Amino acid sequence: MSLLLDGLAASSGITIAPARLLVGSDLSIKKQHTADENHEVARLHDSFALSRTELQALSQQVHHRLGQRAVTIIDTQIAILDDPTLQNKIIDRINSHHDTAEWAVKKIEDYYLNIFEHKNDNDYLYARATALRDVTKRILSHLLNVPLPDPALLDHRAIFVADNITPTDTAQFNKRYVAGIVTTNGGRTSHFTIMSKTLALPAVVGVKNATTLIHDGDMLIVDGIHGKVIVDPTNDEIEHYRLLAGKFAQEQQKWGALKDKQTVSADGRRFEVAANVGTFADIIDAQEDGAEGIGLLRTEFLYMNREELPDEEQQFTAYKRFVAAMNQQHVVARTLDIGGDKKLGMVKLPREANPYLGFRAIRIGLARPEILRPQLRALLRSSVYGRLAIMFPMIATIEEFKQARAILDEEKDKLEKEGYQVAKNIEVGMMLEIPAVAVMAEHFAKYVDFFSIGSNDLVQYMFAVDRGNQEVAYLYQELHPAVLRMVRRVIEAAHAEGKWIGMCGEMASNPIAVPLLMAMGLDEFSMNSSQILRIRSLINQLSTRKLQPLVHRAINAETAANVRKLVEEYVPEVKI
Amino acid sequence: MEKREFTITSETGIHARPATILVQAASKFSSDITLSYEGKSVNLKSIMGVMSLGVGQNAKVTIAANGDDEKEALDTVAETMKKEGLTD
Repeated sequence: MSLLLDGLAASSGITIAPARLLVGSDLSIKKQHTADENHEVARLHDSFALSRTELQALSQQVHHRLGQRAVTIIDTQIAILDDPTLQNKIIDRINSHHDTAEWAVKKIEDYYLNIFEHKNDNDYLYARATALRDVTKRILSHLLNVPLPDPALLDHRAIFVADNITPTDTAQFNKRYVAGIVTTNGGRTSHFTIMSKTLALPAVVGVKNATTLIHDGDMLIVDGIHGKVIVDPTNDEIEHYRLLAGKFAQEQQKWGALKDKQTVSADGRRFEVAANVGTFADIIDAQEDGAEGIGLLRTEFLYMNREELPDEEQQFTAYKRFVAAMNQQHVVARTLDIGGDKKLGMVKLPREANPYLGFRAIRIGLARPEILRPQLRALLRSSVYGRLAIMFPMIATIEEFKQARAILDEEKDKLEKEGYQVAKNIEVGMMLEIPAVAVMAEHFAKYVDFFSIGSNDLVQYMFAVDRGNQEVAYLYQELHPAVLRMVRRVIEAAHAEGKWIGMCGEMASNPIAVPLLMAMGLDEFSMNSSQILRIRSLINQLSTRKLQPLVHRAINAETAANVRKLVEEYVPEVKI
Repeated sequence: MEKREFTITSETGIHARPATILVQAASKFSSDITLSYEGKSVNLKSIMGVMSLGVGQNAKVTIAANGDDEKEALDTVAETMKKEGLTD
């Protein structure tokens, strides 16, 4: 009998392969004494040496992936092994208590965890305690001769099943063998989801009890299109999903032919399907994946992994590269969007009870012009190399937008007086992600050149839900009629003033949402580039005119589930 | 012997990552280097010691170096702390 588990579709595609669990091995030990302390000390030395070798190899891999300057939790573990304090304490314990090496390791680990946990500053306890636990786990695995789960050791195609996939895990992945991912934790838009989309791996997250219900070697079907996992599938199910996977792959093949064509609906309306990018490597992917522009250039990457703010010249060099690479296709750059869950070392932010409702994005930009102004100057200077547009994140009021735009105009004047060239036709817009702005959209529309709907934040704020919190993630409902009504409202408001409007959140690549969005007249869809051709193919097949009755019914539906059902019935094309 | 006082301004204090970097920096010198906080002193070359102190935000710490390269050692440690955002 097969077992069907529900989760959230995190990254599309279908995969069939055996499971590989990434969960803690059994390292339980009992109190035991020894008569041969020297033997125990020798075993301890060996286990330290083996652990060090493994971690050094791992550190190399991670540094290779993340750059030499990235000091990771692995380096912390190596430092712990290299610190004679720990080893000496364990040896003392073996000699004084006649403990076995394992038991002494356990006791000294407890001793330190106790010290760590008795400190009143609880914010960073986790990292220290985790580093120590991880390293003692490795030492014990050698003493007990029990292998640790190691994603780097995978030597055949398999689906990883874990509670959580950490950045350290992904650093170790051999992409050739990872067929898919199933996790028990994780909301739909967590960091991991974005990463698996980037790797184009079928993934289902938020599958309750996956690590207890699924065993190593169990055959699995991961349906990343519908968010389902089938354990021990029957032959019929395997057959069915092979067909579906084949159909999906066939569709993917067809998509290739779309690359150099425009995105036009069956009734002749032109749309733009663009990419969200965060690094220059993403630009290359975007071009290969058929992006018709960059709908969101996240500028945060320029500020990461460094000690000081990047200066105007450094930023200019980077932006110029992006803008020039896209030729005359538009590049919508968003000014620095930090705060909330995104922090930067060099920008000191006050501790807040509610960071998502606090000092973030343009609020920081307006309060700290020494950050915003050089960024705007660099962007303006890069504008002559292509077709740049600039947008401000988290605008809440008309005053904020006017203020930000005034700073931009001021810097533009200054640059021109200083003899720099600045393009004449730079569009200046804003992210639309606060419900109050959506309600006031017709007023904002007079002042902006365009809007980009940040659906992730908009939906979070509308439903008062943190999408990363597993307990409440189900309330994050981008298909809800409330969201559709709000989106329709802002599209109409933008068009009434002759302005264009796009969307750069996850919703823009949700195949159930796309028919509704195109029928409501959304001009631009911006998404992770792996989704672009799929969405372009969908838009090409549909007629906005024929979809109007569907929009009417969806807007008047009572629940998100009803909307999904309506769309699936009305538009069979979205099924794959 | 060289001695300097610092106020830790970073929100998360000396957590695992900066502790690792500080220990790596201190270990390059032959001088004995100690970190003192609230009456306790630990060897700055020992990550277990540094992490045990649990130095949080606004903590006043003293770092002392004793040996041939004591001045250079303290300069480097001070610079590292600043770079890591531990001090202003």
